[in-house]
Amino acid sequence: MTYIKSKIRHPHQPKNKIGFAKEDYEGSLSTLCAGCGHDSISAAVIQACFEMSIEPHRIAKVSGIGCSSKTPTYFLGNSHGFNSVHGRMPSVTTGANMANRDLIYLGVSGDGDTASIGLGQFCHAIRRNLNMTYIVMNNGCYGLTKGQDSATADFGSINKSGTENPFNAIDLAGLALELGATFVGRSFSGDKTQLIPLIKAAVSHKGFAFLDVISPCVTFNNNDGSTKSYDYVRDHIQATSAHEFVPTEKEILVSYPEGSNANVTLHDGSVLQLHKLNSNWNPVDRNMAVNRLQKAKMEGEILTGLLYIDRQSKDLHDVINSVHQPLNSLSKDSLCPGSATLNKINAGFR
Amino acid sequence: MMQVSKVNDMVIRFANVNGTGSASANDLFSKAIFRMGIPLSSKNIFPSNIQGLPTWYEVRINENGYLGYSDGVDIMVAVNPQSFAKDVTSVNKGGYFMYDSTKKLHPDLLREDINYIGIPMMQLCMDNYEVPRQQQLFKNIVYIGALAALLQVDLEVIRQIMREMFAKKEKLIPPNIKALELGADYVHKNFSSPLNVKVERRDNVKDQIVMDGNSATALGAIYAGATVAAWYPITPSTSVISSFEKYCKRLRVDAETGRNKFAIVQAEDELAAIGMVIGANWNGARAFTSTSGAGISLMSEFLGLAYFAEIPLVLVNVQRGGPSTGMPTRTQQSDIFICAYASHGDTKQVLLFPSTPADCFEMTIQAFDLADRLQTPVILMSDLDLGMNNHLSPPLKWDDNKQYDLGKVLNKEELDQMKTYGRYLDVDDDGICYRTLPGTHPTKGSFFTRGTSRDEYAKYTEDGATYVRNVERLQKKWETAKSYVPGPAFHQSKSKHAHGVVYFGTSKHSTIEAVEALAKQDLHFDVMQVRAFPFNDEVKKFFDEHDQVFVVEQNRDGQFRSLLVNELELSPNRLFSVLNYDGMPITANKIMKQVKKQMMELRSVSVNL
Repeated sequence: MTYIKSKIRHPHQPKNKIGFAKEDYEGSLSTLCAGCGHDSISAAVIQACFEMSIEPHRIAKVSGIGCSSKTPTYFLGNSHGFNSVHGRMPSVTTGANMANRDLIYLGVSGDGDTASIGLGQFCHAIRRNLNMTYIVMNNGCYGLTKGQDSATADFGSINKSGTENPFNAIDLAGLALELGATFVGRSFSGDKTQLIPLIKAAVSHKGFAFLDVISPCVTFNNNDGSTKSYDYVRDHIQATSAHEFVPTEKEILVSYPEGSNANVTLHDGSVLQLHKLNSNWNPVDRNMAVNRLQKAKMEGEILTGLLYIDRQSKDLHDVINSVHQPLNSLSKDSLCPGSATLNKINAGFR
Repeated sequence: MMQVSKVNDMVIRFANVNGTGSASANDLFSKAIFRMGIPLSSKNIFPSNIQGLPTWYEVRINENGYLGYSDGVDIMVAVNPQSFAKDVTSVNKGGYFMYDSTKKLHPDLLREDINYIGIPMMQLCMDNYEVPRQQQLFKNIVYIGALAALLQVDLEVIRQIMREMFAKKEKLIPPNIKALELGADYVHKNFSSPLNVKVERRDNVKDQIVMDGNSATALGAIYAGATVAAWYPITPSTSVISSFEKYCKRLRVDAETGRNKFAIVQAEDELAAIGMVIGANWNGARAFTSTSGAGISLMSEFLGLAYFAEIPLVLVNVQRGGPSTGMPTRTQQSDIFICAYASHGDTKQVLLFPSTPADCFEMTIQAFDLADRLQTPVILMSDLDLGMNNHLSPPLKWDDNKQYDLGKVLNKEELDQMKTYGRYLDVDDDGICYRTLPGTHPTKGSFFTRGTSRDEYAKYTEDGATYVRNVERLQKKWETAKSYVPGPAFHQSKSKHAHGVVYFGTSKHSTIEAVEALAKQDLHFDVMQVRAFPFNDEVKKFFDEHDQVFVVEQNRDGQFRSLLVNELELSPNRLFSVLNYDGMPITANKIMKQVKKQMMELRSVSVNL
């Protein structure tokens, strides 16, 4: 695999409505293994941001440690990124969000980073309904340290060295639902028609948007007996719906068939169209989502799609009643009470 | 019976039960002394418990301004029978033991060398108040009244403080004044007052204030423009954030919208707290956290990231007794090493050492400027004594012309004019590079912040030479830091003596008292107060100028001494530790004893031990 990225681009490559080409959303060349599911997710992120016409610098990428956490180098090269420490991406994102509520926060993590060392921070970011998109690239193993089982590896799944996993898996989507996450979706890195609209919807969601993306590890967890291999996932995937994301301003231009569709209008006015594959699917019913996830698990199926959304939720800034302008933009005049006030304070201590 | 005769020079200890409302009564007494113009300091000696265990409040009154913690008690106000036995033994010979005589004192508690003053506190309350809770609360005021009469404290000063305290609950004023007078009247009728130990009005406090260090730190954060605080509760640092919140609600709510110009997040643990602070500072807000004890250990991983990725942050460490959970409600200066070299790998952190509440205020503001200027963590090394006790302090000062030093941050226009931008390019040759904030420019200035090794353009690298360039630049930045951090303060205009004494932080009062007392015994020392790490050349010079130097600190291992030896490459046999680590602040007596003992060994002088 080459590490020199071609600079040659088609001179008439299409631009989005704010004048950026897709390459403006790309990053440096991936150093992950060829065929890694994570690269497909990176591509989906690039496509989603390009199509949504987000100015690249209005996104902040934050990650922890691991193969997945390296991917923010491979997309959105014009966005600031922060590769923090293992399992601590949620806290760093929380602080960043407190400082500037106007940016879009894209958190990227893996199953080790989220389900083990970072489980506590994951739970508390959900609890606070931090306004961010949280993507877990979930391959059920520790890639960078050569394939140990992670906490999302399914019971009985066989890893590359032939060992059967004796522990139950932590289902991150189920956990997020249980903890009150206001947007929970699951997808598969190989299914970009489903993944791209889900990423767009997650980014548009105001509040904590969680996407658990099954992303096979081609090197350490793509063998027979693994439940996170390409073949296994393709054979056992069950979608709740097919999705299409319609941004606010395009809504009137798109005509879509009546009948099987359920539309979810997001807080910014954009619409996520659900072409239901599963009758009675209602993504605003948390109990249904929890029950269906359990049922799918018992049947050995991987349920994907938008599992749950709450469009009325208050994010952390709403809860703490902070000013609308970013805190990092407030000047000394606005923050410092001055010497006259301090003299009064001194008098109170006499 | 021997009676000690002293004016404006005494230690009074109140022995109470925690959770009985004694704290506000004791504060009332202290405030009255302060309003009479007499310098004083107070210490709360409290258990890690909410209700029912013994707690002590100690006031040292000294018109000369010697306000360090002191051994021995002149007057014990014993209100807690549970601790009577211990309390009796801690009274100095000739001192006074004032107690609730509603119940007869057990004969075992009688000493022949102290004076007993029985006040029927509970009986007076039962006779005058009907509600049991009132009987309990006013008992505290009764003993304040009795003590005031014994010491000749101006009762009108106390009445005036009560009127101010209860300005919004006026109906509480008469019963409080009544309780005060019940105590005072009982003394006037039954004892000859004042005692030989008494107070007299002075004009010795001038414009000073009495406050706790944690509140001053919180105000420093307000004035420095901090907008984000993330924290996890832990004694004794908790009140830094609770004060910050209190002042934010008073001073930082937008008048038009009613919305908050601050974000305070109670994190799930200390790891998350400092992670949030790093995220906020990375994103251009001034953010801080405060912690103690185990919190420092837990934050160490992130301190390494902030050091290596060069992210500003302010951490307030209100030190307590360690190791592990240690003595959570007692003071120490025992986090010197873990803070100076926090985190794995080659790391060094900037430390500031406040001694007074005014220092806490100023150094917190300075910490934010230094953190932004140096793009690195700055740790304010307070301690429980400074943070939680009330201290006499110069007033807090703010210059309205002062601007925040936000350091080297490029804006959009500056980026537009640049051909190349490298986050870790040392263009000014001072080791400090230019940073950009997320969201500044659509196509220029973005970079990837990481805790891994990287090149000048923030690209990941495992190239040894590039790594070395980077860590050596960090070393250069450390050298630059020496010119920015506050230098030492000296108690003399010029070094005159062969021996020196070095202290930092809360050892201030006791060190000065000890040195001045030693001078009267013809043992002379030059004194240096170290105020920051890294140590600059002035600190080094002091060691060059003195043959032997005593280093006063409040831990077992002489951590500060070792840091001096290590960083300044001093010969260890020239530095002598003067230590205290029993959880109480160091006293002048302990300093004098250790210094004299060592001086005896150093040379044969006639020293009266």
